[in-house]
Parts: sequence; C-alpha cells; structure tokens
Amino acid sequence: MTQLSCDNLSIGYETGIVVKDLSFSIDSGDYLAIVGENGTGKSTLIKTILGLIKPIKGEIKMDESLKRNGIGYLPQQTIVQKDFPASVFEIVLSGFASINGFRPFYTKEEKEIAKANINKMGLSGYEKYPYKELSGGQMQRVLLSRALCSTTKILLLDEPVSGLDPIVTQEMYELINNLNKEGITIIMISHDVKEAVKYANKILHIGNKVFFGTKTEYLNSDFGKIFIDGGK
Amino acid sequence: MKELIETISYYFHFPFVWYALIVGVLIALTASILGVTLVLKRYSTIGDGLSHVAFGALSVAAIVGLTNEMLLAMPITILAAILLMKSGQNAKIKGDAQLAMISVGAIAIGYLLINIFPTSSNITADVCSTLFGSISILTLSSTEVIICVVLSVVVLLFFILFYNKIFSITFDENFSKATGINTSFYNYLLAIIIAIVIVLAMNLVGSLLISALIVFPALSAMRVFKSFKSVIISSAIISIFSSIFGILSSILFSTPVGPTIVVVDILIFIIFFIVGLFNTQQTKVKV
Ligand SMILES: Nc1ncnc2c1ncn2[C@@H]1O[C@H](COP(=O)(O)OP(=O)(O)OP(=O)(O)O)[C@@H](O)[C@H]1O
Ligand SMILES: [Mg+2]
Repeated sequence: MTQLSCDNLSIGYETGIVVKDLSFSIDSGDYLAIVGENGTGKSTLIKTILGLIKPIKGEIKMDESLKRNGIGYLPQQTIVQKDFPASVFEIVLSGFASINGFRPFYTKEEKEIAKANINKMGLSGYEKYPYKELSGGQMQRVLLSRALCSTTKILLLDEPVSGLDPIVTQEMYELINNLNKEGITIIMISHDVKEAVKYANKILHIGNKVFFGTKTEYLNSDFGKIFIDGGK
Repeated sequence: MKELIETISYYFHFPFVWYALIVGVLIALTASILGVTLVLKRYSTIGDGLSHVAFGALSVAAIVGLTNEMLLAMPITILAAILLMKSGQNAKIKGDAQLAMISVGAIAIGYLLINIFPTSSNITADVCSTLFGSISILTLSSTEVIICVVLSVVVLLFFILFYNKIFSITFDENFSKATGINTSFYNYLLAIIIAIVIVLAMNLVGSLLISALIVFPALSAMRVFKSFKSVIISSAIISIFSSIFGILSSILFSTPVGPTIVVVDILIFIIFFIVGLFNTQQTKVKV
C-alpha cells in the first residue's frame, strides 16, 4: 500500500528553490534512507513532508490514515531545550498531546503505552529522571520514545545518530531497524551512506542529481558507487 | 512580635486588605505560571514590552476620562501582543528590535500625552504609581476585584485545559506542529493570556516591575526542581508566598507594594540559587 508519494515536487524557502523535480513513493513497511551532502535539502524535504513548510510546486500525497496523527518525528538537533526542566516521562507522554483533544490529562492507557515505549528504548527506570541530565544517546532515545507515542505507522528521523559515539550509534541503528521489522515505515536522513544502505530498502539521493530507487538499483548505479567509494 | 500579630489581625478587619490580598494572590499565581512558559520559550522580554504598551494605553484612558481604565488598556495590549506574536513568527523581521520600538514608543507617547492633557494636579505622582505600582492596590473597588477574579479564572482554565499542549509546544514547537497540534492557534491564545496577565499585574506592581513577577518565581523554581510540573507548582507557591508576604509587609512598614514584593522574590531566588548549587553537587557525587 502506498503511504506517501510525490511527483515532480519542488521544495525550498522564500529565498529560493532548494530541490526540484523530486519524485518518489513509499509503501508501508519501507525503510527509506535519504542521503546526500550537507546543505542539499534533506532536512527541507522532511520538513515539507511534515507540513512545517509548504512545497513550492507540486504536492505530497499522503494516505488518509497518516494525516490524522499518524506521524512520528525525531528532529535533527535538540539544542533549544538544553536547560528545559522536564522528566523523561513528561516528554515521552507529550507524544500523545496532539491526539488527546481538549482533554487536560492523559489516560491510563496512554501512560502505559508511554511506559512500554520507554522500556522498549532501553530506558526503564528513567521515567522520573530529568531530561537535561541525560547523555546525548539517552536523549535521542527519549525523543524516539516520544515519536513512538505519536505514531504506530511512520517515523521520520533527521540524522538520529549525529553526535553519538560509534557504539551508541550502532545501538540506535538496531533500535530503528527493529521498529521497522515491527512494521513501522522508516524515513531516515543519514550522513553515513554505508550504514544507511545496510538497513534501508529504498534510497533517495539528493544532490546535483536526484536518485530514487531500491537499494540494489542504487548500488549498481554509477553515482551510487562513486558516493560510496568517495565516502571511504 | 505579639504587637505585630495584633496589628496584622487589626488590619484584617478592613475589606480593602482582603481585596488587596485576593487580587495579589491571583495575579501572582497567573503571572508565575505564565512565567514558566515565557522563560522557557525565551519570550520573557515580551512581557516587558507589553507592559509599556499597557502604560501608554492607561495614559490615554485617563485622558479620555474612562472610569475603568482597564476597558481600554486591555484590548490595546491584547492587540499589541497579537501583532508581536505574528511578527515573531515571521523570520524576516527582527523581533527584538521591533519589540524595543513598540515598548519605548508607547512609554514616550503615554508620558507626553499625560503632560499635554493633565488630568490631575500631580502628574509625577500619577506616573510614578503607574510605573512602580501604587497604593492603588489598597484602594481597589469591588468591581475591580471581580474583574480580576474573573480574568484570573479564565487564565487558569486556559492553563489547566491546555496543559499538555502548552508543555508540548514549549518543549518542541516543530514536533508539536508536525504531529498535528495547531501551534499558531495556541501561540495566539498565549499572546492574549500574556496581555491579560500584564494588564492585571499593573495594578499590583506597576508596569516597570511586571517582568520581575513573571521571571523570578520561574527562575527560582528551575534552580531546584527538574520536572515541568514541579517547576510550575513550585513557582506558583513561591509567587503566592512573596505576594502575601510583600503586601503585608508593605502595609506594616508603609513601603511601596510593588518593590516590596519584588524584593521578597529576589531573596527567594538567592535562597533557591544556593540550594540549587548543593543539589547539583550531590548528583555529581552520586553519578
Ligand atoms: N529557514 C531557511 N530559510 C532559507 N533557507 C534555508 C532555511 N533552512 C535551510 N535553508 C537552506 O536550504 C538549503 C538546504 O538546507 P537543509 O537544512 O535542508 O540541508 P540538509 O541537506 O539537511 O543539510 P545537513 O546535512 O547539513 O543537515 C541550504 O542551502 C540552507 O542554506
Ligand atoms: Mg539537515
């Protein structure tokens, strides 16, 4: 089932177009890696998919079920809230904030799901811990737990491993891969093409030229090879 | 000591003291809860700017001869808050400079108008009391008390009903928007609430000191407490305490109400700052 697709999409800001002629489609259960050099427009694409900015031309077609609170999102960096007083549990629960309408409190069920997601991310026992006193990898896992509360269908991750050490990076990739195996569609931006290619089944390469296709197509294509070799 | 208690209980026979305390507590409560969000969203200067706008509006209201000056000051301040919020979301315009322009402009125009169209013989005293809070908290009419109670209830309801959304938006606006929260709706609501609280708080501490009421309790609470809920609750308690304590001491020692409350807030901040130092040292040792 196609979850998300676009045809000849142009994205950018008031200051100008960043990427044009983007076409791709994602089925449910896919693992899409978005790769490309710095500043080519990867984050811009994610923000457009999320509806944070409007496309310049074309539109993103989304399955109806996603439009109503079906999206989970892990932002690129979380510099803003360095000093924010909040417990792990408060932050993870806020993944439900959009769903619960005018209800001022979270339901028992929502609290249990939040706890389950915290455990799933290997953070059990940290519920009451202050967010700002966690390590970078733990913070990312808290935000991933929050994203899991807001969706069971599709996760958009903007460089989820940036700033993490190699071991924690591997753990993070494993966590994401497991989520994908459970049936959640993954759209992930990654700098590390090799790692991305290891887990993904579809690749979107943004740069001077745009490539979209399956992993094998990408590996056999000329500039997929160049990019991977160049990354050595 | 016994004398002091007797004096206080003597004062409690007068309704104006009760009025002052009710209004004082409500304003302290709303301002401190709002303060946590404003400090965390880095919006605390908006409070300052808007209080100057409210000052300008009050001057105009006085000249026009309105019996209830709030009737004019409230809508004008709300309008200014909405405009500021709107321009803040537009990255092209520098929010800071614009805020400075509006706030200084409003003060200048307000003061100029008061001087051109004097409404009383003692302008300096009038202006001084609007800027630094006045004894007017002790001369509140029952209508003013009722207005204050109603508006405070509105503000508190806003916070209780939308607590989860406010937390989510304050912590991570992009995530909230991406997952389907109508963030600009809540930002505008927040702007309106800021304006209401500021006009209310002018009664208590005057327009120059409002920021203290908004910022100090939140900052004190954040020194010691580390979850959002505990910060909100403790800053409310801190603020209510300093308001009651400040109002009573100002009556006992005939000091100006606004500055007295702010001084209590500062003292509490110093205490919490020191407690906070010990707290972090403890966690460092533990880990
Ligand atoms: N808010 C903005 N307004 C105008 N231009 C922007 C804005 N944000 C980013 N850009 C520009 O858009 C282009 C793409 O930025 P984007 O953040 O999407 O890159 P990216 O591929 O995510 O890079 P990175 O790998 O460094 O995260 C850049 O040239 C950047 O300067
Ligand atoms: Mg990026």
